[in-house]
Amino acid sequence: MGLQTKIALFPPRRLNCPLRCRCVSQISTHGNTMKDTDIKRLLYTHLLCIFSIILSVFIPSFFLENFSILETHLTWLCICSAFVTAVNLLLYLVVKPTASSKKSSLSHKITRFLKCCIYFLMSCFSFHIIFVLYGAPLIELVLETFLFAVILSTFTTVPCLCLLGPNLKAWLRVFSRNGVTSIWENSLQITTISSFVGTWLGALPIPLDWERPWQVWPISCTLGATFGYVAGLVISPLWIYWNRKQLTYKNN
Amino acid sequence: MRKISVLLFLGWVCFLFYAGIALFTSGFLLTRLELTNHSSCQELPGPGSLPWGSQGKPGACWMASRFSRVVLVLIDALRFDFAQPQRSHVPGKLPASLPFLGKLVSLKRILEIQPHHARLYRSQVDPPTTTMQRLKALTTGSLPTFIDAGSNFASHAIVEDNLIKQLTSAGRRVVFMGDDTWKDLFPGAFSQAFFFSSFNVRDLHTVDNGILEHLYPTMDSGEWDVLIAHFLGVDHCGHKHGPHHPEMAKKLSQVDQVIQGLMERLENDTLLVVAGDHGMTMNGDHGGDSELEVSAALFLYSSTPLFPSTPPEEPEVIPQVSLVPTLALLLGLPIPFGNIGEVIAELFSGDKDSQPHPSALAQASALHLNAQQVSRFLHTYSAATQDLHVKELHQLQKLFSKASADYQWLLQNPHRTDVTLRTVIAELQQFLRGARAMCIKSWARFSLVRMAGGVALLAAACFLCLLTSQWATSPGFPFCPLLLIPVVWGLAGAIVCAGLLSVNGLKLDSVVLGAVAAVGSLLAFLWKAWAGWGSRRPLATLLPIPGPVLLLLLIRLAAFFSDSFVVAEARATPFLLGSLILLLVAQLHWEGQLLPPKLLTVPRLGSSAPVGSPRHSGTYALRLGVGLLLCTRLAGLFHRCPEETPACHSSPWLSPLASMVGGRAKNLWYGACVGSLVALLAAVRLWLHRYGNLKSPEPPVLFVRWGLPLMALSTAAYWALASGADEAPPRLRALVAGASVVLPRAVAGLAASGLMLLLWRPVTVLVKAGAGTSRTRTVLTPFSGPPTSQADLDYVVPQIYRHMQEEFRGRLEKTKPQGPLTVAAYQLGSVYSAAMVTALTLLAFPLLLLHAERISLVFLLLFLQSFLLLHLLAAGIPITASGPFTVPWQAVSAWALMATQTFYSTGHQPVFPAIHWHAAFVGFPEGHGSSTWLPALLVGANTFASHLLFAGLKKRQQSPGKEVEARVRPEEEEEPLMEMRLRDAPHHFNAALLQLGLKYLFVLGVQILACALAASILRRHLMVWKVFAPKFIFEAMGFIVSSVGLLLGIALVMRVDGAVSSWFRQLVLAKQR
Repeated sequence: MGLQTKIALFPPRRLNCPLRCRCVSQISTHGNTMKDTDIKRLLYTHLLCIFSIILSVFIPSFFLENFSILETHLTWLCICSAFVTAVNLLLYLVVKPTASSKKSSLSHKITRFLKCCIYFLMSCFSFHIIFVLYGAPLIELVLETFLFAVILSTFTTVPCLCLLGPNLKAWLRVFSRNGVTSIWENSLQITTISSFVGTWLGALPIPLDWERPWQVWPISCTLGATFGYVAGLVISPLWIYWNRKQLTYKNN
Repeated sequence: MRKISVLLFLGWVCFLFYAGIALFTSGFLLTRLELTNHSSCQELPGPGSLPWGSQGKPGACWMASRFSRVVLVLIDALRFDFAQPQRSHVPGKLPASLPFLGKLVSLKRILEIQPHHARLYRSQVDPPTTTMQRLKALTTGSLPTFIDAGSNFASHAIVEDNLIKQLTSAGRRVVFMGDDTWKDLFPGAFSQAFFFSSFNVRDLHTVDNGILEHLYPTMDSGEWDVLIAHFLGVDHCGHKHGPHHPEMAKKLSQVDQVIQGLMERLENDTLLVVAGDHGMTMNGDHGGDSELEVSAALFLYSSTPLFPSTPPEEPEVIPQVSLVPTLALLLGLPIPFGNIGEVIAELFSGDKDSQPHPSALAQASALHLNAQQVSRFLHTYSAATQDLHVKELHQLQKLFSKASADYQWLLQNPHRTDVTLRTVIAELQQFLRGARAMCIKSWARFSLVRMAGGVALLAAACFLCLLTSQWATSPGFPFCPLLLIPVVWGLAGAIVCAGLLSVNGLKLDSVVLGAVAAVGSLLAFLWKAWAGWGSRRPLATLLPIPGPVLLLLLIRLAAFFSDSFVVAEARATPFLLGSLILLLVAQLHWEGQLLPPKLLTVPRLGSSAPVGSPRHSGTYALRLGVGLLLCTRLAGLFHRCPEETPACHSSPWLSPLASMVGGRAKNLWYGACVGSLVALLAAVRLWLHRYGNLKSPEPPVLFVRWGLPLMALSTAAYWALASGADEAPPRLRALVAGASVVLPRAVAGLAASGLMLLLWRPVTVLVKAGAGTSRTRTVLTPFSGPPTSQADLDYVVPQIYRHMQEEFRGRLEKTKPQGPLTVAAYQLGSVYSAAMVTALTLLAFPLLLLHAERISLVFLLLFLQSFLLLHLLAAGIPITASGPFTVPWQAVSAWALMATQTFYSTGHQPVFPAIHWHAAFVGFPEGHGSSTWLPALLVGANTFASHLLFAGLKKRQQSPGKEVEARVRPEEEEEPLMEMRLRDAPHHFNAALLQLGLKYLFVLGVQILACALAASILRRHLMVWKVFAPKFIFEAMGFIVSSVGLLLGIALVMRVDGAVSSWFRQLVLAKQR
């Protein structure tokens, strides 16, 4: 927990720019510049997320002995998940990409938060079930499989919860053709899909007889998910920037 | 006409594939017949007396024994240059810089000190250079190929005559230590044996240390005549580190110490043989035929002088199999019957002083015995098969009779000279070498030309499938010319080729003829297609497979090139299938088809077929997907482990119930099996009932109503008898035995008769029992008034249909307002599917009998899975789709994946020991006697049950697409049911069938193409004979079974179609009257 607070204290300095940009974008009425500044903010937030993952690899070795990603994989999974969640929450609180419509009461906030927690847990369990259906062992390595589900949820469900809230319909809308309504949703779509694809690709080398330590279930999959997530984080601002002329969002 | 041409076209495409497979196989798989004849001591291989010097001596068979004991040290992968003595005086070379050079110091020393006692040879190994094949060669003296066609598939035990067998029958004690491959090859042949597992290639020391622990004590104990020690360390070191590793030097030094120790302990009557079974490549692999792999070391040593001359500077090259006749004659044993090796003549120098030319005469007599034996073998073999080249065989026979006559003359003529002796020896050697060369030519060489040709043919056929499947649905597809011209060209090509061959006096090879015919017709077709295709379409449409599916297919194909993935295919296939399923669901969602304005809640998902949902919704497809995944996962529980993964445990559920102990669990399992049987039956009946097909009094329906339960009953009874046969009271034994013969035959007979019925009256529609209306009245009442039109089928038929339905609905609404409104419609709507389902259920029962009892659960899952998949696919087809029916690629690839998955989940593996041989005895408990095709058929049916079922079953995927679609829109406007639409457009129907067949053939064909490519590219791979070649064979057989099933399925649909159209014609005629 101490680690998390440490990290949580860390980022605001870097967030200066996005905040400023946001102010600018509110002032500016020109669509194009707004898009550009939005993309810039997106890029910075994504860089922050990547940074948090990198930190989760290096920071724990200062505090824990014998820490390495492969050997103490489960610890790393927990730490990485915590880091990414913390950064996502922080970004959500600071950047607020979705203009929260009306000020809401504390009880509403709490129910919303609890709902989010329940959604997160549900997604963890459903991922776990899907992994088992895909061929993961049913009884052995339950903890490993579940932590894998947790980290995949962290990469996919947590950003969804932050951006869209516990609103299943909005989720379904975002993940269908022509369903995105903003740059943020677009990047969410890309990162989520690339996380899934990375996980899927991570499962492929398991049967090979190279006998490497990372071929053990579920290490290759978690690494694949992480790489996929990072790749999505990198790709999505670039892709959006590249296609900024073609992208038009209906409701925005 | 059209239908026939569709069938013929598909048949032609299948023929192309078969020709490609046959051509590739003939180049890749070397086959040979195993003869079980044995040489015996009393019976000489040819006419003539016992040769010179052997009469009257005890323990002599064909020749007097020279040694009474042999120590055979087999060092796996001892390449020739490992043992080659390094001459330090040669300048310019850097001696012993490589870790494997010059490590066997004792050999070098002995060769220098005692040149008449020892000899080093470079033994020339025949490919395939894998240990098991080499061991066979080293004991039988023959050329083992990948498939030694023999009577005993189930184990590796050698059935041919071999040295070990001769030794044991002569009463010699054979002690073995080392590689446990010998245990499989010679079960129970050794008087004492110490086996060590050869499995772990990374373990360099266990086997060698184990041998060393026993070697010297055994040797000193003296309780042996032949001592065999098979060291694996060098081979494993090669696999793990390669030859250029310091570890190799250590290993070779250890070997050197072993040889040194043995030579010191050797007695005078003992021969020491140190042999490598094959070499290794630069990387330490073996299996192929490169120079490094086929040169092995062979070292002979005796403590008494053995050789008349000193060793030559450069060691002589001899074939590896030469060791077999040499050892046999030296030990005073008959040469094994199938040996084609030539004795090492210089070892038979004989006694120095008894005859004028003792050494040469002894050599001649040994060679003559050897030649007689080889000639006898060639004679027997050529009488049994047609493998050998007739002309060459004649020449060899001529050569042999001349040499033999010369030899006899020499024996009778006392005034022989050295020159005549040399001539006879040379003649005999020429015969032996010629015979061996001929055998090698016909048994042991990859034919790269044929392999490449086969691969090219397969690729071209795949391309053709792809091309035509795109083209077939376009309206201007010229059926007849496209079919006729290639066939004509193919026949012409075949005839020309046959003529050329027979003119040149070559043997007619049916494989080559088939390939020529296929190429001829293919070229003609492609030329025609190119002309017809022309500029009308851009080439971009050539790759119509959607991206993600293409990616999945590519991954699956790439997996054939990795031995790990082939071994793990049982797990990889469900994974890919699951990915495809989730992809389908996600795609449906992405396209927005699953997100109606408001999410509708869906009724329950039925166990047999998900029904009742009036509209697709997200959860509907999601549930289908999850259900599918669940089925896949459950079927994966029935998994048999490949032998390459020792950590994996096979499912205990694959064994038959009879092997279970413990009555309670057995009864429970039996209950579950019967339950699944009943569930299967109930599901099929429920399905037919739901679509109304069960109401017609047609014979097939009656059969479904009564025959199927009867079949289930007898299956259950058979299971009960089979699992509890041992517990039956003795009085009932005869009854039980009789019943266990009769019951399976009864099931098979019932199934056959059901199929015949189905073929006779395939239309299971129309008359509604209890509805009170007969066929004619239903039709005649609405149309008794004004005649609508003049026999315009395309217009009239929907009219009749609509009327029928309306009237029926009206009556239904009167009688029971809540009843299903669409019963009448769906009787017709599912006419094709009903026939398919019935046929498949009928097929499933006999197939079920061939498997272990608990596989019935897998069959249930299989049916469930296919139902779910079809509904999922149907959900993806837009409701308003019209025009030509196309089957999406996703469906076809999912189907092919599912066939593979079921192959594994019914407890099979693509390796020969995993074939379920017991299936051959279902219904024939006392064995089959001499006929072999029936057990082969049964075993084949067992193995490829999944392919057969799926090939047939897949026909259904076309129909339900429409049928479900029709069910979800029962409104009057959307009325055209699949049936109606198919009748409306017979051309489209045929084209769709053709396209479906072509697509399925394409997916299967690409698989077999990938297998063939993998086998040919990786033909030097370590695992080629263990993994890739069996995979190719199984894939090829699966392809053949699938394609036959496909053709039969399409034929059945055609038959139903014909029956339906004739039925409609009758209706129209009745109306007009």
